[in-house]
Amino acid sequence: MKTTLAILAAGLMLGTAGATYAQDAFSIVYIGKNTGNPYFDSITGGFVDACVEIGCQFEFVAPATAEATSQIPFIEAQIQRGVDVIAIAPNSPDALNQVLDSAKAAGILVMTVNGDLVGNEEHRDASILPVDFTKTGPNQVELAGSLIGYEGEIAILSATTEAPDQNTWIAAMNDTLANDPKYANMKLVATVYGDDQPEKSTAEMEALLANYPNLKAVIAPTTVGIAAAAQVVQSRGIADQVAVTGLGLPSEMRDFIKDGTVEAFQLWSPYNEGVLAAYFAKGVLDGSIKNEVGETFEVPNLGTITIDPNNMMNTQAELTTFNAENIDDFDF
Amino acid sequence: MSAAETSPPANVAGRESAPPRPLWHLVLVRPETLTLVLLILGVIVASRLSPYFLDIGYILRSFALSAEIALVALVLTMVIIAGEIDLSPAANMALSACIFAWAQASGVPIPLAVLLGLLAGLAMGGVNAFFVIVMQLPSIIVTIGTLILYRGLAQILAGDRSIRIAEGFIGVDRILVLGVPLPVVVFVLAAIVLALVLGGTIFGRQIYQIGTNEVAARHAGIRSRRIKLILFLMIGVVAAIAGIMTASRLGSVRYDLALGKELEMVLMAMLGGTYIFGGRGTIPGTFLAAWLLVVVSTGMTVANLLPAIQMTVLGILLIVSIIATNFIYSRTQR
Repeated sequence: MKTTLAILAAGLMLGTAGATYAQDAFSIVYIGKNTGNPYFDSITGGFVDACVEIGCQFEFVAPATAEATSQIPFIEAQIQRGVDVIAIAPNSPDALNQVLDSAKAAGILVMTVNGDLVGNEEHRDASILPVDFTKTGPNQVELAGSLIGYEGEIAILSATTEAPDQNTWIAAMNDTLANDPKYANMKLVATVYGDDQPEKSTAEMEALLANYPNLKAVIAPTTVGIAAAAQVVQSRGIADQVAVTGLGLPSEMRDFIKDGTVEAFQLWSPYNEGVLAAYFAKGVLDGSIKNEVGETFEVPNLGTITIDPNNMMNTQAELTTFNAENIDDFDF
Repeated sequence: MSAAETSPPANVAGRESAPPRPLWHLVLVRPETLTLVLLILGVIVASRLSPYFLDIGYILRSFALSAEIALVALVLTMVIIAGEIDLSPAANMALSACIFAWAQASGVPIPLAVLLGLLAGLAMGGVNAFFVIVMQLPSIIVTIGTLILYRGLAQILAGDRSIRIAEGFIGVDRILVLGVPLPVVVFVLAAIVLALVLGGTIFGRQIYQIGTNEVAARHAGIRSRRIKLILFLMIGVVAAIAGIMTASRLGSVRYDLALGKELEMVLMAMLGGTYIFGGRGTIPGTFLAAWLLVVVSTGMTVANLLPAIQMTVLGILLIVSIIATNFIYSRTQR
């Protein structure tokens, strides 16, 4: 018992000492949705390279699962570590509100990177998204339409039924298909969910082909879904009947593009999100960037960035389309 | 608490009785002692891993994140000692919290909404008790079923959206009592009360007897069905309390609240030396195990260790403690 008391007493002293540690270079931590997600390697790469340029200590941490509250202990830990900047890809639009408030109260710059607290924007300082997500749905419909001559049955293979980003895009796709006369001859026959698991996505794709023999195109706005769909089309050799498109990683889709299974797909550059986040954080911390709507600043290779309403920033205006001509220029 | 008190005198069979165990033996050779040793080791290792760990305020704040789960684990310990198990409390937390949140969002005054949530928890405990006690079904099967059922009902009620909690009810973990977050205070008080009930009352002694040998306990006039009913109702209500506390801490409720946390509850009970087949275990054991789990996972998180390493360490801890528990019980009780 005496030992415990001694340890506790030592702890109190250490705890107060820890708070006065001096920080040299500023420290930035990125909390991903979960570990083992290759998408985040690319964002992390952007942070790492930018930090080499501008001088910051960067660390990536993530919980084992993308469950809504699993990031809370990680945020508490970063507050305790006294980092200067927390960047996070939030697993929940609102379960993190309270702990992010604690982080802000501790003087930490809190920003969401690659995902936002929709409806709870006041609980973070700024948000960095790759593109204007309201354009993603229409962009995807246009790409699919261009592949099938704007005519025929199409289907959507999504992630989980709850995935907020995908649901936003799907709603916009439905809207575009219904209201834009350009797409009047395209008919959305089904929206299915592969839960971002390769096996389930493959099974859902097989089911689509079986149920809708006249299917002309499948839009999979998720990297797992498009790879699974392309795999099915490749192994059946029906690339000339069914066009697969959506959002994919160039590294995963390269072979499908090369052998003609997939003609074109889209995405943004997650790498640039990390770069922008690091430059923005440095600017805000040293006072050269004011975190105010309308403020503009320069980021090498990204050009002029404008802070949009709700303190949002995009790394690029429209989705990048990847095809046989440019696929070799990208390695993420 | 040792089974020696309940077994008939060994001399009747003409054998010599074993010599009484010396006091130091009784105190030291117990599963809880191992938990305490691991806890102290955990604190030392964690403070070596990161200079930011040893801060009482931080450890208490971190414990507040698990206090709801730990609170339920205390009652679960009693259920397991009685020879049953309940895997549905985490789902119960979600459904009670959803009912509470839904009620207050549709205009019901907060105290009434809390009462609704608690009643829902009680009812869920009652459903479990009905199937286990009246229908005589194994509690592990019943509560796996109700785990899925309660979670499903929560999803039907809340959908994929989250329900906001009224601003005034948010932040139970921000309320400090002498510097300690309220959920931690609730947990500590509950541990003291339940330890007294389990260790110092006839009701408590009867729980051990049911778990050791239910048929013998019934022949001895113990109303085992009634005691089990009380335990299932208790864990139902406590799970509802935990769910509502979680709702207050997070500020919003979704159907996936406390998803998968039933395993953490069982883990706390097992780490604290509760015997999975019933009859043995203590509240102080689970109490210490809850702190052990928080110290270990917080220590690794603040040191920015990968989750894969964290899960490996937790798995090893559990296996070590189960081996130790079985070894100690087989040595001291047979």
